[in-house]
Amino acid sequence: MSGMNLAERDLSATFGALADPTRRAILARLSKGHASVLELAEPFDMSQPAISKHLKVLERAGLIARGRDAQRRPCHLEPQRLKQAADWLGTYREFWEASYNRLDQYLQELQAKEKTRGVKKTRNHRRTR
Amino acid sequence: MASKKLEIIAEPGKTSFTTRRVVDAPRTLVFEAFTKPEHLKRWMGPCNLTMVVCDSDFRVGGRYRFVMRAPDGQEAAFHGEFREIVPPERIVRTFVFEPYPDAEALETLQLDERDGKTTITTTTLHKNVESRDGHLGSGMEAGMTEGYERLDALLAELQVQAR
Repeated sequence: MSGMNLAERDLSATFGALADPTRRAILARLSKGHASVLELAEPFDMSQPAISKHLKVLERAGLIARGRDAQRRPCHLEPQRLKQAADWLGTYREFWEASYNRLDQYLQELQAKEKTRGVKKTRNHRRTR
Repeated sequence: MASKKLEIIAEPGKTSFTTRRVVDAPRTLVFEAFTKPEHLKRWMGPCNLTMVVCDSDFRVGGRYRFVMRAPDGQEAAFHGEFREIVPPERIVRTFVFEPYPDAEALETLQLDERDGKTTITTTTLHKNVESRDGHLGSGMEAGMTEGYERLDALLAELQVQAR
């Protein structure tokens, strides 16, 4: 989409990167601390080049960064971008979650009022009898 | 089943999405809460938003317009027209978020009562996937097959750990 601004393009890359289960698993692993490509490849039934490919996508999406150490180049999480993505995704949900929580309370209020109104009615009824 | 969690179901590549939520009240009351401005003002939107306009001509062919204002003065407005009204179980109306006047969607509100609880189901049908994803604020790309919940859970987990 040509009308997309930079932030939206960034987010598209982020969501594209997050759309893959292996990449999400890599992020989950990195949330526990730095890891090298070898360490990251271990739990997956995947070659090191395949993992490296995933890492490149994550790096381009700004979700991870890699150290300078030429041998190991350890990966670490870049939480900023992930938070940005989560905030974006959360807007609609937040709006309605907050609304429904308020609705719960409001419906209780309305029902309580109805009950007291009901009690008054019966009282009035008794009085007129 | 009667969970208070808001479910959002948005399958990849589809032009509609569905939300579901259970509340502890009979549906006649929920129907009122969804249709009368004096009620809507009391619950719609998070606490920090004020509903500054809540006009609703509640009849088939009638129009509504809501404007929410944030503490920083920013406003969000949406409007539409009622297409079908079946008290106390269903309302079909068009929905336009005013910054995107061309992305008109069709919203269905369905209320189902069981044991004094009401399940609120909304289905929003957009003209295309882009509009739908824009509405959800997701920018979700094709290939996102597991729905939002797993991703949400992962993001939440990662954020807690990143703190």
